[in-house]
Amino acid sequence: MERRARILEIVRSISKQDVNPALDQSLFESGIVDSFALPDLVAALEREFSISIPDSDLMPRKFETLERIESYIQGRL
Amino acid sequence: MAWIKAFGSYLPERVVSNAEMEALAGVEPGWIVKASGIEERRFAAEGETVVDLAVRAAQDCLAAAEMAPSQLGMLIVASGSAERQFPGPAASLAHRLGLSSTPALDLPVASAGSLIGMSLASRLADAHGQILVVGAEIMSRIVLRPPLNRDTAILFGDGAGACLVSPDAGLARILDSLLYTDGSFAESLRLDFQQPLAMDGRTVILQAARKIPRAIEELLKRNSRSAREVQAFVLHQANLNLILKVAQALQVSESKFCTTVRRHGNTSSASLLLAAAESWRDEALQPGLPVVFGAFGAGFHWGALLALPA
Repeated sequence: MERRARILEIVRSISKQDVNPALDQSLFESGIVDSFALPDLVAALEREFSISIPDSDLMPRKFETLERIESYIQGRL
Repeated sequence: MAWIKAFGSYLPERVVSNAEMEALAGVEPGWIVKASGIEERRFAAEGETVVDLAVRAAQDCLAAAEMAPSQLGMLIVASGSAERQFPGPAASLAHRLGLSSTPALDLPVASAGSLIGMSLASRLADAHGQILVVGAEIMSRIVLRPPLNRDTAILFGDGAGACLVSPDAGLARILDSLLYTDGSFAESLRLDFQQPLAMDGRTVILQAARKIPRAIEELLKRNSRSAREVQAFVLHQANLNLILKVAQALQVSESKFCTTVRRHGNTSSASLLLAAAESWRDEALQPGLPVVFGAFGAGFHWGALLALPA
């Protein structure tokens, strides 16, 4: 499965919604990922892509849209 | 290492329901409890000060320890909501307790203040003797400042907690503690002069959900203990959802976590000691089984403390 699809699957799993947000749509403002689901999203990304996200990168804006998540993951691989 | 001799607490009389706050903040019924787990909070009376609250909690703690103020060797007072810039409430508290030469220090660091105070006291008790740590806050006057921000206004309450840390045996022996600070997040949660509270809630939650469990795990590991052995976790009561996240991360039952946040709201530095006072009063804590304290707040400051009930 391509990277973007894997990220979307994680977002759907964390939000428990069969959503299909636009690449640049805010996952926060649209209510797809709430504040307390955000740590779960980050942890799921770490597991799925076998990466370790340092605390200094734990900034909500890095995980706000599918596009930003994909870009961040790409930079960590 | 030092001992915890007693806890004390004080809550203002006025109970503020979610219905009242929801009307004030303009949010729909049920939203507060869903977002925070908070069901009610206390607000100080008009004219009541942070020092007034601190005095009541200090007196309650000293009564529980059967100790006179004159026996204190030091006071440490945590507050992020004191009425003036300096001197902080510590000097006034000492004065109100009838002390005129006992050192009294302020920790103006908000939510993690009481944990920092307990940790420092545990290391200073051998030199200074009986140390009274107090966390006292009137957060309502800050979060209700216009323009009202519903995301912070609904969370906070007022109160005070106290803890007597002693070189002599008492309720629990303090085995160890860890303190951390990362100032790169100083802007994420701050109170500028005469301004409303500024909080980037997502950043706070994202960082706290990772840093609190990690500090607890590190503390337990270096003391050859595991989270499963811990009988009670007493954390800063920021938000019920955050406490549940910590329980999940540590893979321990939620029932081991004190959750006074439901009735007190987030009382910033006071919350840890208010929760501890209730835990020691209401729970049948077993001797020899660890209790873990933890806090996270503006700074970011965070840490954990390990104690063994006697």
